[in-house]
Amino acid sequence: MHLSFLSTSPYSFLVDPLSHEFMRRALMISSFVGGVCGLLSCYMTLKGWALMGDAVSHAVMPGVVVAYALGLPFSLGAFVFGVGSVALIGFVKQKSRVKEDTVIGLVFTGFFALGLVLVSKIKSNIDLMHILFGSPLGISDSDVRQTIFICLIVVSVLIIFRRDLMLYCFDATHARSIGINTAVLHYLLLSILSLAAVAGLQTVGIILVVAMLITPGATAYLLTDRFDRMTILAVISSVLSSVLGVYISYWSDIETGGSIVLVQTTLFLLAFLFAPRYGILKLNNSTNT
Amino acid sequence: MDSYRNNADLDFLRIEADELCVDYNGNLALYDASLKLKSGCVCGLVGMNGAGKTTFFKALMGFVRPSRGKILINGCSVSEAQKDQAVAYVPQNECIDCSFPVSVWDVVMMGRYGAMNFLRMPRESDKRAVIDALERVELLEFRKRPIGSLSGGQRKRAFLARAIAQRASVLLLDEPFAGVDIRTEKLMSELFLQLRQDGRSILISTHDLSHVREFCDVVVLINKTVLAYGNTSEVFTSENLSMTFGGMTPEPISGSISSEI
Repeated sequence: MHLSFLSTSPYSFLVDPLSHEFMRRALMISSFVGGVCGLLSCYMTLKGWALMGDAVSHAVMPGVVVAYALGLPFSLGAFVFGVGSVALIGFVKQKSRVKEDTVIGLVFTGFFALGLVLVSKIKSNIDLMHILFGSPLGISDSDVRQTIFICLIVVSVLIIFRRDLMLYCFDATHARSIGINTAVLHYLLLSILSLAAVAGLQTVGIILVVAMLITPGATAYLLTDRFDRMTILAVISSVLSSVLGVYISYWSDIETGGSIVLVQTTLFLLAFLFAPRYGILKLNNSTNT
Repeated sequence: MDSYRNNADLDFLRIEADELCVDYNGNLALYDASLKLKSGCVCGLVGMNGAGKTTFFKALMGFVRPSRGKILINGCSVSEAQKDQAVAYVPQNECIDCSFPVSVWDVVMMGRYGAMNFLRMPRESDKRAVIDALERVELLEFRKRPIGSLSGGQRKRAFLARAIAQRASVLLLDEPFAGVDIRTEKLMSELFLQLRQDGRSILISTHDLSHVREFCDVVVLINKTVLAYGNTSEVFTSENLSMTFGGMTPEPISGSISSEI
């Protein structure tokens, strides 16, 4: 591992990489995707959908392969398979006595395996490693446009329905009793989860995208008792992780996806240790603030 | 019509359930359950676990579709009543994720969501409704506290405040007295009286008979169907109770604690 960045000045650490077009693009797309996934991660952690996030992100794999093979936008294929996997999970759970977490594990590994088989069978220029581990440094123009478009959809939905989705996560019974259609909210949340998984796939890849969808939310959750603050903190920590991750990856020549997620994990560990009220060191013991 | 001789029948009917049948994939949960609830009354819904109390609530909130029979709330269908914010449900504490990062204020404000625009931006009137509701349950000073930091009784009051802020005319309370202290119990009973005077109707699901005697004007005994229905003093016979609780007559606790208040 190159640790040359330790000897460079902070200024050149930050500015030197910006002279490269691919770095500017990687930073832009990673922080954008990071922010969007960070916002969504609040809902995922509060709703207890971490496993669902993992499932959807793996299940989009065959969709991506099929879309590439047919020359369609990869996001379209991913979206179809993401939502399809969720529908299948719901169907199998309802019609059989198998427990939900088993069904989730069963369905997403099945989809993922199908994706692997398709990649090996369909001879094309799909780089398996790019799908599995992301490649923000080598992202193409059309992928950038697609990813930004997806992110804008996810952000708009999350902003317009933020109160409804928060209420749905907190107390779905009340939401229903005041005439809010919770089935619509359920599938809306799952749909934007599929979309966010596709966007996250660009930066950290299928295997690690679930980290983007839960870690920032979990970190923020340890830091505050207010939902609005939690969303802001999650977005900040997620964007910070993406930016730092890309820089560290540049300077020490390590895998970008792994680098971003490691920064996220480090931030979570810091919160876990030092969060004022919920950190294990309990730096601020007062309970009545 | 001869029913008009009764003055009570001239009162506005809040809930009208007529020969309600609910089944879950062939399992009958409730059959031929009929109930008429006037405005301004507190009604106890008494039955064993699995007797259909929850199903009845779910039917009133439109969560399950009755296979037969119909429900009218304020003379409208259930979905219309929902849109009018007519029905509020106060959950049991156990059903709520207490580590959810919301404050007491946020929770009570959720009662106003249905009356807001689709972005759920609180107006001045919504804020006033929330403040008023918090004052009535004596939680105004706790409004900035996270919901998880409240005691069980305070939390119950917070959810009651949400129902009040919603200005619902029908309140469905699920085991409201489970795990609350005497102070909260007293506050809640006063609140029930106020709400009753406002003409709202409160349906309390419980298997605690001592509280039914104290708070409820009318009582419904259910075991898959409505066994008996009427004024509490008339319905609470040992015969009826034995029927409700499947042959075992529970000794109604004479309320040794509450009678000291």
